[in-house]
Amino acid sequence: MSGAFRTASGGRIDRTQPILFGFDGRAMTGFRGDTLASALLANGVHLVGRSFKYHRPRGIVAAGSEEPNALVTVDRGGGRLTPNLRATQLELRRDLKATSQNRFPSLDFDIGAVNNLFSPLFSAGFYYKTFMWPASFWKHVYEPLIRSAAGLGRAPTEPDPDRYLHRYAHCDVLVIGAGPAGLAAALAAAETGARVILCDEQSEPGGSLLAETEARIEGRPAAEWAAGVARALAGQDRVTVLPRTTAFGWFPDNLIGLAERVTDHQDRPDPRLPRERLWQVRAREVVIAAGAIERPLVFPGNDRPGVMLADAGRIYANRYGVRVGDRAVIATAGDSGYRAALALLGAGATIAAIADLREDPAGAAVEAARQAGIAIRPGTAIAGSRGGHRVTEASLRRIGGSDRVERLDCDVLLMSGGFTPAVHMFSQSRGRLRFDAALQAFLPGKSAARERSAGACNGRFDLEGCLDEGFTAGAAAAKAAGCGSPRTRRFARAGAVPAPGGFLGAVPGTGKGKAFVDFQNDVTAKDLQLATREGFRSIEHVKRYTTTGMATDQGKTSNMNALAIVAGALDRPIPEVGLTTFRMPYTPVTFGTIAGASRGMLFDPLRHTPIHDWASEHGAVFEDVGNWKRARYFPRSGEDMHQAVARECTAVRMAAGMFDASTLGKIEVVGPDAATFLERMYTNAWARLAPGRLRYGLMLNEAGFIMDDGVIARLAPDRFHVTTTTGGAPGVLNHMEDYLQTEFTDLKVWLTSITEQYAVIAVQGPRAREIIAPLVEGIDLSPAAMPHMSVQTGQICGVATRLFRVSFTGELGFEINVPADHGRAVWEAVLQAGAAYGIVPYGTEAMHVLRAEKGYIIVGQETDGTVTPADAGLDWAIGKAKKDFVGKRSLSRPDIVAPGRKQLVGLLTHSPQEVLEEGAQLVADPHAEIPMRMIGHVTSSYHSAALGRSIALALVADGRSLLGQTLYVPMPDRMIAVTLVAPVFYDQEGRRLDG
Amino acid sequence: MLLIPCPHCGARPENEFRNAGEAHIARPAEADDAAWADYLYMRTNPKGVFIERWRHIHGCGRFFNCVRHTVTDRIIATYKAGDPRPSLDVLRAWSEHAR
Repeated sequence: MSGAFRTASGGRIDRTQPILFGFDGRAMTGFRGDTLASALLANGVHLVGRSFKYHRPRGIVAAGSEEPNALVTVDRGGGRLTPNLRATQLELRRDLKATSQNRFPSLDFDIGAVNNLFSPLFSAGFYYKTFMWPASFWKHVYEPLIRSAAGLGRAPTEPDPDRYLHRYAHCDVLVIGAGPAGLAAALAAAETGARVILCDEQSEPGGSLLAETEARIEGRPAAEWAAGVARALAGQDRVTVLPRTTAFGWFPDNLIGLAERVTDHQDRPDPRLPRERLWQVRAREVVIAAGAIERPLVFPGNDRPGVMLADAGRIYANRYGVRVGDRAVIATAGDSGYRAALALLGAGATIAAIADLREDPAGAAVEAARQAGIAIRPGTAIAGSRGGHRVTEASLRRIGGSDRVERLDCDVLLMSGGFTPAVHMFSQSRGRLRFDAALQAFLPGKSAARERSAGACNGRFDLEGCLDEGFTAGAAAAKAAGCGSPRTRRFARAGAVPAPGGFLGAVPGTGKGKAFVDFQNDVTAKDLQLATREGFRSIEHVKRYTTTGMATDQGKTSNMNALAIVAGALDRPIPEVGLTTFRMPYTPVTFGTIAGASRGMLFDPLRHTPIHDWASEHGAVFEDVGNWKRARYFPRSGEDMHQAVARECTAVRMAAGMFDASTLGKIEVVGPDAATFLERMYTNAWARLAPGRLRYGLMLNEAGFIMDDGVIARLAPDRFHVTTTTGGAPGVLNHMEDYLQTEFTDLKVWLTSITEQYAVIAVQGPRAREIIAPLVEGIDLSPAAMPHMSVQTGQICGVATRLFRVSFTGELGFEINVPADHGRAVWEAVLQAGAAYGIVPYGTEAMHVLRAEKGYIIVGQETDGTVTPADAGLDWAIGKAKKDFVGKRSLSRPDIVAPGRKQLVGLLTHSPQEVLEEGAQLVADPHAEIPMRMIGHVTSSYHSAALGRSIALALVADGRSLLGQTLYVPMPDRMIAVTLVAPVFYDQEGRRLDG
Repeated sequence: MLLIPCPHCGARPENEFRNAGEAHIARPAEADDAAWADYLYMRTNPKGVFIERWRHIHGCGRFFNCVRHTVTDRIIATYKAGDPRPSLDVLRAWSEHAR
């Protein structure tokens, strides 16, 4: 059995393929081709959820993506949990398990429904009014209460195991929507040879044609024609047809985001396919054929299960073979109600009456209903409904007549306030809407992007108009994209022509009772009127105060009614009140689709040095430095970080250590003007630096603040090997390119990043020279031939090297640059050669301690973008005779030369084993009143194994004039006394540099 | 995502580029403190037509100038670094066009 409300024949379902599914644990049967909504209705289930605020029972209202009520959670097992899916878009598949939301303990008996009794508390702006006092209650009482009571489905707690992919595409013409207008547009564009993408949110192309039973196009039933056209289009090489694909967002320059649901509808999802796919389509031209959305009527009790949109009732009958009820009352403002009545009649239902707001309804549909013997009540408004979990009675009242109401028994109440053109994508494209007084609708006005609208979204509601307008739009789009013109084509069609008709706002005579405007956010007509009484004038403010149109459906069914109610309350015309902004996404998009493959290891690229694997194999603990993984220390068994770092530091000071410095940025600066360029980019003098020598380089930004530093080797008169900080490399290259391309355009210089071309192995310590001596060829390591701050090229371990003699530890040191591919082999050779001397690999933590013992700064640690060379004690690095360099002019600005700037100093805690916290503040008077005046802060702080005590570097206002004095570091539980000292703690004379 | 016409490579998506601030800010050879502070920190930030620098950092690597309308975000024209700033009349015409 597939439900008592299934018709014997008709519809696009396959009655030979029954499908078992579950809803709230109850097993039911539907057919292939059903949605969850149509299958539930076929089983007589209308109640599918509880409302957001009042927990009122709610039923299925619509048949498409505009559905505000029927949101369900689908559990596909193994962490595959998706909340807030619209039952009207969920294709039935084998073993689909869906559950209703926002109810406890069950849908039929929901404790939260007590909210409905307290509804006066929950009027517009109730958050702001009710939960004001006491302030501390908000966080601990009110908010948790509201969050647990109100809401949609629950977010999944497990990681999503599914795959999502991104695709980029270009096309001449993108057609959004595959209804009659969209299909005709795609036909026209495709005929010109244009590259066409046709997308539609439904499971099959056809749009409104899928529910047509009367209309014929080119001699065939409309749905059959649509299927044929879609098949023919999909068969063409230059056409891509994408069903189950929602155009959700419009980005600048015609970049359209499409969300394709690839496998959710499959009984057994193909593991080779992603679950969903994000398409980023750059379209030369776009045809928007998004159709229209039917409006509910706003009357008391319009939210009872069984109260539905009229066209949804027709769609369920015609497309799904489902009778949404046995006895229907229909309330309408136009022809849609009549078409629905005829469809329901055909499906075996009784029509109690049609209440038409129009005084004198006429036209083909009205006539057909009359012929069928349906009772028509002209000039009659729906006044209310009754029923618990399902509507049982509708009451009708003559407009302008007495208060007497006619009560009619029914189990379904269909309503139609007319259709709202779906201008969402047009509006997202920044096109301007215009209000059409005759249609009482906003329509696309002046375009801002290369697009055109056709069909119902453009205010054309008749089939002939949709087809012709669609074809014309498709042809115009292809032509605008430079693809020529198609032959003229007329679509012969037959069938009823609907007359427009519609109503905006609350139906006449709506008095007491909750007349809902926004079903999903539980906003009533009274809430909107209250907001205007409280002084809200702008529709944008009313929206935020009442939350109308702010739910996940973004007011698809509610915005126009809300606008009309506000306009009425303010006594202003609708276009003057204006419309709220349409924003992406058109319907919700999963995080998975947006993230695509950028998850886990692929979230952000990782950078590994050539020596990374060795370090990993030898137990290194890594730290993140930018995207790099750097070895922080190499603990031996039983060692903690403190012990490992102390051992590594001691080895460097006593014998030798080796350090992977491959992450250092490296830029080769080449050309006849290379030295002149460096003169301008760095503070130091470069012109007279001899080839074969190194110099410390200090780079400022134009404001005079330290930007980067590094050692620079002059390899030849026209060739420099520049090193930068690890994190600063891309910024330095960009900065250099900027000046080279736009300021110093007279210079002949080429810049090349060589960071990843070289592995860098620092060998530091008194035994460094002895260790590498047997490995090098063609390099004289003697102090005379290779003094501190020199470079030689030659070979090491048979590999070409740029060997620097340089030290960032204060010890005799070398930095071996070798091609990256040989990095690990050379590293292992050095380690082997150094074993007899006690060489030890050390990590970034020991490197930091060793350089701090020497008072060498780290850019980004001792500097923060506001530190000048003078502040950091680096005046010596400024070429005094230089006429200009980047940042020079700023060094004489009043603020830069004024007293009181923070200067780099050393700190020694009075208690030698106390290690300060980096970032801690310094004060002069420990007894001062709080808040104390903070005169500096700690930038680096370590335990020094060489000194047997703690050391720290700090920036302190006028610090150099305070040497020898005591300052204080306030901590939550105590005050730490420190003495200011010069920032060099170890080997002040620099004797150890020569081993 | 904007489509930015690099004067060297043609139209490419925005994520290949990096913005580099207002264009035609000359680095003064001589400047008193006020003029220098002006050069360092003061930018026009107009509502309307704005000339700014972009770098095709993940493409040809070149800096170039770009005329963009800050209200519509529409790019009106691009031209090579070093080319002269468009005249006021041209800018006004472009501004009308992009409104």
